[in-house]
Amino acid sequence: MKIRRVIGTFIGAVVLIAVGFTVYAWVSVTHGGNEQAVQPAGAGTPADLSSQMARGEYLVRAADCEACHTTPGGQPFAGGVAFKLPFGTIYSSNITADRETGIGNWSDDEFVRALHAGVDKEGRPLYPAFPYTSYTALSRDDIVAIKSYLFSLPPVHAQARTNDLSFPYNQRWALSLWNALFLKKERFQPEQGKSEVWNRGAYLATALGHCGECHTPRNVAFAMDNGKALAGSELQGWKAYNITSDKEHGVGAWSDQELIDYFSKGHAAGRGTASGPMGEVVGYSLQYLTPSDLSALVTYLRDVKPQQGGLTMSSPTAPVPASAVATASLGEQLFVGACTGCHTQSGQGRETDYAMLTGLRSVRDPHATNLTRIIISGSALHVGGQEIFMPSFGRAYSDAEIAALSNYVVQHFGGQQGQLSAADIAQRRQP
Amino acid sequence: MIALSINGQDTQVDVPDDMPLLWVLRDVLGLNGTKFGCGMAQCGACTVHLDGEAVRSCVLPVTGAVGKKITTIEGLSATDLGKRVQQAWLGIEVAQCGYCQTGQIMSAAALLTQKPTPTDEDIDTAMSGNLCRCGTYVRIRAAIKQAATGQITLPQTIA
Amino acid sequence: MMLRVDPAQEEIELQNPMRREWLKRGGLVVAFMWLGGVSRVWGFPEGTRLNADDPRFAPNAFVRVGSDGSIQLVMPCIEMGQGAYTGQATLLAEELDVGLDQITVEHAPANRKLYANPLLGDQATGGSTTIRFCWTSLRDAGAAARSMLVAAAAQRWKVDASQCTVTRGVVTHTSSGRTLRYGELANAAANLAPPAKPVLKDPKDFQLIGKPMRRVDTPGKVDGTLPFGIDIRVPGMKVATVRACPTFGGTLASVDDTRARAIPGVLKVVRLDNAVAVIGEHFWAAKKGLDALTIQWNLGAGRDFSTEQLFKDLADASEHGTPILGREVGNVDKVSGKVVSATYQLPLLAHATMEPINATVHVRPDGCDIWVGTQVPARCVDVAMRVTGLPAERIQVHNQYMGGGFGRRLFEDSVGQAVGIARQVDYPVKVIWTREEDIAQDRYRPAYYDRISATLDDQGRPLAWTDRTTGASVLATFAPPAMGKNGLDSDLVECAAELPYEVPNLRVDWVRHDMPNGVPIGWWRGVGPTHNVFVVESFVDELAHTVGKDPVEYRRAILGDNPRAKAVLELAVEKSGWGKGDMPARHGRGMALAAPFGSYLCVVTDVEVSPQGEVMLRRAVAVVDCGTVVNPNTVEAQVQGGLVFGWSAAMYSGITLKNGAVEQRNFNDYRVLRLNQTPPIEVYLVPSKESPGGIGETGTVMAMPSLTNAIFAATGVRLRTLPIDRSALAQNKDALKSVLSATSSASSTGRLA
Ligand code: FES
Ligand code: FES
Repeated sequence: MKIRRVIGTFIGAVVLIAVGFTVYAWVSVTHGGNEQAVQPAGAGTPADLSSQMARGEYLVRAADCEACHTTPGGQPFAGGVAFKLPFGTIYSSNITADRETGIGNWSDDEFVRALHAGVDKEGRPLYPAFPYTSYTALSRDDIVAIKSYLFSLPPVHAQARTNDLSFPYNQRWALSLWNALFLKKERFQPEQGKSEVWNRGAYLATALGHCGECHTPRNVAFAMDNGKALAGSELQGWKAYNITSDKEHGVGAWSDQELIDYFSKGHAAGRGTASGPMGEVVGYSLQYLTPSDLSALVTYLRDVKPQQGGLTMSSPTAPVPASAVATASLGEQLFVGACTGCHTQSGQGRETDYAMLTGLRSVRDPHATNLTRIIISGSALHVGGQEIFMPSFGRAYSDAEIAALSNYVVQHFGGQQGQLSAADIAQRRQP
Repeated sequence: MIALSINGQDTQVDVPDDMPLLWVLRDVLGLNGTKFGCGMAQCGACTVHLDGEAVRSCVLPVTGAVGKKITTIEGLSATDLGKRVQQAWLGIEVAQCGYCQTGQIMSAAALLTQKPTPTDEDIDTAMSGNLCRCGTYVRIRAAIKQAATGQITLPQTIA
Repeated sequence: MMLRVDPAQEEIELQNPMRREWLKRGGLVVAFMWLGGVSRVWGFPEGTRLNADDPRFAPNAFVRVGSDGSIQLVMPCIEMGQGAYTGQATLLAEELDVGLDQITVEHAPANRKLYANPLLGDQATGGSTTIRFCWTSLRDAGAAARSMLVAAAAQRWKVDASQCTVTRGVVTHTSSGRTLRYGELANAAANLAPPAKPVLKDPKDFQLIGKPMRRVDTPGKVDGTLPFGIDIRVPGMKVATVRACPTFGGTLASVDDTRARAIPGVLKVVRLDNAVAVIGEHFWAAKKGLDALTIQWNLGAGRDFSTEQLFKDLADASEHGTPILGREVGNVDKVSGKVVSATYQLPLLAHATMEPINATVHVRPDGCDIWVGTQVPARCVDVAMRVTGLPAERIQVHNQYMGGGFGRRLFEDSVGQAVGIARQVDYPVKVIWTREEDIAQDRYRPAYYDRISATLDDQGRPLAWTDRTTGASVLATFAPPAMGKNGLDSDLVECAAELPYEVPNLRVDWVRHDMPNGVPIGWWRGVGPTHNVFVVESFVDELAHTVGKDPVEYRRAILGDNPRAKAVLELAVEKSGWGKGDMPARHGRGMALAAPFGSYLCVVTDVEVSPQGEVMLRRAVAVVDCGTVVNPNTVEAQVQGGLVFGWSAAMYSGITLKNGAVEQRNFNDYRVLRLNQTPPIEVYLVPSKESPGGIGETGTVMAMPSLTNAIFAATGVRLRTLPIDRSALAQNKDALKSVLSATSSASSTGRLA
């Protein structure tokens, strides 16, 4: 009997706590934390911002709003971009000033609350694919500047697509529980003892640029595991590499100039070319950063705690010589036909530096995660008024061919034993 | 003004930096032997030499050719090797419509510069980036071998 | 070879029964007949001088001899890679008794009267007709010119013409040894009357015909000097590129060109009903301008159309539509026995000629010049008339060498568009389509859905044969009046209605199902036979395997009395080593036998299929009887190239539509065969005294079934849908899970070890 009573009490307590917590979550959901905090040092726009660009526009770029709120070829900020999550698909919203379908009738406070607390105008929780877990650190001034820039653009009438989520993920109330547990509604605070430049870099990387949303691994509850900040993660079928200061696994070995090249041009010779989601970050956001902000970002990243894990960086080496076997593999056969035109047999990418394959992490990945994505879907980088692109080969090339090609590339240029089979590619083609 | 060295001649062109070399050659300088086929490095019709190496001029921004020696089909016969390749092409009667052939010949000449006696695999590797819709591949192989060895190969197999 | 067209009867009569046979088949041929209604042999101009300004001796539309000794031959059929100029020049030069090195060739101007192909009935090149129909007429023209030049010499020497011989353009009086060159005789010859009936050489005296002559057009193709249409430069010319509505039948709604006009070098943004063009100083400016436009389209009724829908509709039409009879022999319903049936499906195909579509046009108030490589110069004049309102005599088409035709340049749509752009400015404009536009706005080979069945006798031979094809008619869009009396498009049943095999009861019919929403269709290399021979020869292979016979044995058994077909079959068996030695696992050998375009071919293709289903071509043997061979060099090249073209399509090519628009864009997704996938190809010619057959399209026709039959032999998988589904060819599920090592031993080359 005793046991029963103990169990009963325990269950009761659990229920009570759960109810209490849910009530707390419900009550706190629309609360964004301290909304009146003054603009901290490190926030705002940099001193070397050219007079051409409005303050709000710069912040919109730095916060990379456009990438997620613009469909390819669609109207800027009109939303509709699909985010395929393990439990369904959600669509980004229209953030133009259209009164019916956009945010035209949101007040400043409502907009600020949205970024700080992750709720919509009516106070309903938003899905954390919207990076409010990072934006919550933004200063109120900056958010208001962002809003006024968005409102200066022509409104676009475009009805948002309804999300397509299965139970229980379609239960928005559950998100308030998640927020209560994982969302720290705190504004950015400059760290004492760190330089002004470092603090600016921190604000750029964490609050505005929300790098961690992709590059920081997530825990079981899908929250960023900040103990492993920027140690690399995988989402939407792409690897976001380790960008900590670790020399082997992160970007510690990159020179300042290489980092700056990568941010501003999407390419650092012998290091990498931005593609996929990172290509969008460069195209919509990083290339617009001022020189002072670029160095701030570099300063901050240099100081991020080194983390092991993920692919090791290769020093820019010559490729492994082409297979010495008398007859070439299927992968090589495909490479010399469809790929050497740009990448060249040596991987040096003679026509354009962007086509350089040697030294990339993507060719050192035996699973060829990003490589296969790019082969299947192509890649486009809009930088400096130019488009640098690679066509997609997914439609006309079979699973076996893409597997063989990827294995060849990681072996030839990365010295790795490629492990892909046709079945793997078939799986990766699944949307 | 952008300074280029084409077929041994120095030229200045006033074009945007990102303009592919192909269009500089064709539309600005009137060197029409270099062809447009795809514009994305998939067909090889636009192949020229940059310091002796075969490149796809349709994706090569003109600035990427500055300070390098550009050779186009119009300048290929300046070398013995170039002449030999063209002669082999005529001897084997490779060309059908001929549209891809200047690019094929440029790729073949670059191959033979690097590998004077190419193996079958070398030929496959060097030539598979050049498409031919007329399907002259069999004769392209034969012509490269003829250019390399000097041995005349007859195109016909007539019963 | 007089032929007469009687529109009232809607029938075509020919004096020569063999040509009648060719005419009955081949939609393209019939189409042109109808268009032109031509009832005469090659036209000859009045007089024997070109004109007052040009005193050259011009005995007919094709030969020009200057007093400086220069000889120009005017080419009625256009060169697009198939060797037509060399072939035509050979026929003329043979009878003219000059060497090919002594002549230059010229494109004929647009002029139906002078240059209409007598069979096609229009000034056109296509349907593998060039040699077939120049065979007599161009030799006539050469012989006429020669006899006039010889007569002039004989007159000067006051001897009989029969005492004179000609070698390489030099007339010799045999007994006296006196000589005169053609150049010296040109003026005098121009005052003579052309002979009523030129005497042709005895074939045994041929000096050029039948020899592997050097092509006349290749030197400029290896040094880059030969200009194609895309290379034209005229003074003051600007360059444009264009984008048409991605859906067919859609229209332009609006364009925002603010950003485009800010690009240096962009001159003008031109709006057409269904397209926008940007004109620039050079192509790059135009292209950047085009990319910077924000375009809104009215997508139109076709906005939801897809290829899935198309094939559903075709299957439905095949079951429920009303068939039009192509040919009936005996009574297929009266026969009983084992029935074998199959369904085949073929995709839409693009041409993807290496030279993208282009045309250079200058429209002035008083005239219009068009520089373009076209298979139909006279039709280009027609379309320019329609767009500009100018009379025909004010429109000049300057035909150019073509970087591949394959049927694409039988359509003048792009020329009309270019004229539409050029008339909006006062300078000449070269309009170049990007490859993306070239693939997305092609005239596609229609998709087909075919149901075929045979009732077999106890030996396994077909007693009855039914073949129902379902698909759109190109002819109906191209030349509606040319459709047969009962609504038949003969192209749809060509090589299906008349088989090389003995079949006592046969019914071949067609259900017409046109492409909805204006999806454009066109002739594609091999036309009807490419489609039908794939179905027939795949099915014959199926029948052989069904009754447990070797495909060669089976064909021998059903060939009946068909000596030309038998000869190519037997030689192919011998040369390919058919049946000799075991093939390794997952290697296979496939055969196709057919008689397209008046020629007989048997092709054997060897393949290897990897455990993951990748197909590697290993070797091919093609045996050809195309009648009298004008140039074996060209025949070999055409068969090799045609095979590569056909394999490419079978392996990879297929145009698919989604939301009404073509999904493919460039060679990354409209894939074609590359050099390292091409096997060695041996071509053997069977000596023949028959009249020349067509050759340019035959390889393509034979490629597809010989490939899929070989894949069946290697894997046991019957591919009834093209392009082939390579994922269906994997050995088993586990094969797909095995790692494709980068150093696996799959051979990259087509060569045999
Ligand atoms: S045009 Fe440059 S590779 Fe095709
Ligand atoms: S010869 Fe015509 S594309 Fe190569």
